[in-house]
Amino acid sequence: MGKVIPISGNYAVAYAAKAADVDVIAAYPITPQTAVVEKLSEFVANGELDAEFIHVESEHSALSAVVGASAVGARVFTATSAQGLLLMYEIMHIASTLRLPIVMGIAARAISAPINIWCDHSDFMAASDTGWIMFMAMNAQEAHDLVIAGFRIAEDPKVHLPVAVGYDGFLVSHTIEPVNIIERDEALKYAPKRVTWYTLNPDKPITLGPLASPDWYFEFRVQLQDAIEGAREVISNAFAEFAQHFGRKYGEVDAYYTDDADVVLVTMGSASGTALAYVEEARKEGVKVGLINVRLFRPFPEEFIAKHIENAKVVAVVDRAVNAGSSFVGPLYSDIAVTMFKRGFDIPVVNYITGLGGRAVLKDHIDHMVKHALSLVGKKMRDIKTHYAFVGVRE
Amino acid sequence: MAVAHPLDKYLRTDRIPTMWCPGCGLGIVMGTLLRAVDRRIKEGSLKRENVGFAGGIGCTARMTLYPLFDSAHVIHGRAIPFALAVKIVKPEMKMIVVGGDGDLAAIGGNHILHAIRRNADLLVVMVNNMIYGMTGGQVAPTTPRGLYTTTTPYGNPEREMNMIKLTAALGANYVARGSITHPQLLEQYLYKALGKRGLAFVEVISTCPELFGRHIGFRSPVDLYMEIRKRIVIKAKPSIEESDYSWEKGFVIGEFVDRDEPGFTDTIYEYLNKIRGGGVQ
Ligand SMILES: Cc1ncc(C[n+]2csc(CCOP(=O)(O)OP(=O)(O)O)c2C)c(N)n1
Ligand code: SF4
Repeated sequence: MGKVIPISGNYAVAYAAKAADVDVIAAYPITPQTAVVEKLSEFVANGELDAEFIHVESEHSALSAVVGASAVGARVFTATSAQGLLLMYEIMHIASTLRLPIVMGIAARAISAPINIWCDHSDFMAASDTGWIMFMAMNAQEAHDLVIAGFRIAEDPKVHLPVAVGYDGFLVSHTIEPVNIIERDEALKYAPKRVTWYTLNPDKPITLGPLASPDWYFEFRVQLQDAIEGAREVISNAFAEFAQHFGRKYGEVDAYYTDDADVVLVTMGSASGTALAYVEEARKEGVKVGLINVRLFRPFPEEFIAKHIENAKVVAVVDRAVNAGSSFVGPLYSDIAVTMFKRGFDIPVVNYITGLGGRAVLKDHIDHMVKHALSLVGKKMRDIKTHYAFVGVRE
Repeated sequence: MAVAHPLDKYLRTDRIPTMWCPGCGLGIVMGTLLRAVDRRIKEGSLKRENVGFAGGIGCTARMTLYPLFDSAHVIHGRAIPFALAVKIVKPEMKMIVVGGDGDLAAIGGNHILHAIRRNADLLVVMVNNMIYGMTGGQVAPTTPRGLYTTTTPYGNPEREMNMIKLTAALGANYVARGSITHPQLLEQYLYKALGKRGLAFVEVISTCPELFGRHIGFRSPVDLYMEIRKRIVIKAKPSIEESDYSWEKGFVIGEFVDRDEPGFTDTIYEYLNKIRGGGVQ
């Protein structure tokens, strides 16, 4: 077993990349991610990690550099936030469709304008259509563990896809928590380095990313969809084996008190911790509320969600991002609503958008959402006039 | 109301104190720049309402928030395209781009190349504090080789980027390097730069006592200031070659290029008038 040390979420992510024995790291600083790459450059400089650290001149170059390194078979890592992630967006699609196993940390932060460095999920959600496997950690321990699991999943011959591990900016990235650190030997036993993806090799030359005409392009996109769908089983196995190796059990989602709940809340990231504290108190007072924390976001864990809302009368989805002008408004809401529609649920599913740009998500806010959701018990979706509300916003 | 400072008329005093750390060189940069602007306004070669500031993101780019002129605080690295567009649409404007070495030489490096290639009519003031200040003192392209930063804990192994050589090679009309340790000279360069057509580039050697100085062993802003001052070499007519710097060799300040080629605005309007047979203003 590893040792427990008090570190921030950022350091937990850096320690995980070190334990995974990455070969190449390329990054550009941005708040609140910066401490990850500072720590990694220290590990590299003092010889604790035998890797190349490339101090690139932007995030576009950072992801391009790790794409290049992965294309020759290196185990690679990068991390970013907000504007940095948006600048990587172009290359994110390249990484997934070239089927390169990359692991990236995302310290989730609001996007400009106006500039704001605090937590919400706008950056993370903006990357949700890039074909990356995406996790959102609830705390520093999870961020650490998911990075290591991420390498195992990304490099699995049935997957060969990049993996992003989100964790809330400041709330997780800068909060010091006790973290059980996985050591290099244990990490490599769990996630051994194995290069089974197509790599550039002068002895057997291949070309990556040449023009695909209308005769061929389509098939690449279909393969990407098949690969990410196929990753579901690999992810389940990776979690099961993680529990065997390290004793910590993770699921695609966590469910609390959902069996008999009238209202099931659905949350992601650190707000799940607040929501759980609320739910535990409310239960003591007899309020029939349950909670689902979504850990795996892509591929979206539909079956797991569906199982835990079977007995619900209202589903209340909490989002920390806005897709302005869309039919759904909150991005997590859209996945939940489609999940329910496909399975014929005819109960209200409502969306509460909160905590944008670092505004605190408090138990009082959750209480407000739950009380509102309880007032909808017994209704049908078609009875609901507005499906979304902003909570904690100035009047 | 009593005037507290002669430059108050150019400042959004409600935003003062600035967000800069005590002892930061950026206060001197802003003061010097505003004095140069003031001289131009007083002598009538610049109209106050025609001055505009644009900055990306960084401690330096924050300077756009304080002067009482039109200003835009855009995204990291992209102030030049913004300022260039303003200039083309409103040719009477004097756009001043302020940015750090990260903002202008790293993430925005591509824009400066093309602004100079076009000889865009902008004043670009690049503050070289030798690191990325705002994000915590990481290595920048301008960090002198061998120095410690938060991402090079055993010293920077890479070569320092000399923006003077680059801007001179690409054909800027005016290229100078000043230092906050010599504000009168700096003001002289900025004053001159404000009167140029085409691209004027002024690099300012500055101090970040908080994240650069402390990392390399200078405990107070004054210590770092004195150390940088020691390493400044003043030259009347330095050659471009002499602009290469290192921590050991020091930093040559002076005017490296001063010429008067047509700027982008002249070129584009001349071209438009040619194809449309005149009348475009
Ligand atoms: C796309 C993007 N990447 C990264 C950042 C984070 N960031 C903000 S300022 C900055 C660099 C600051 O250094 P510099 O430009 O030298 O200015 P200084 O703060 O030293 O004046 C960085 C990397 C950002 N805002 N946007
Ligand atoms: S971090 Fe450095 S550059 Fe930024 S305000 Fe402080 S001293 Fe100045």
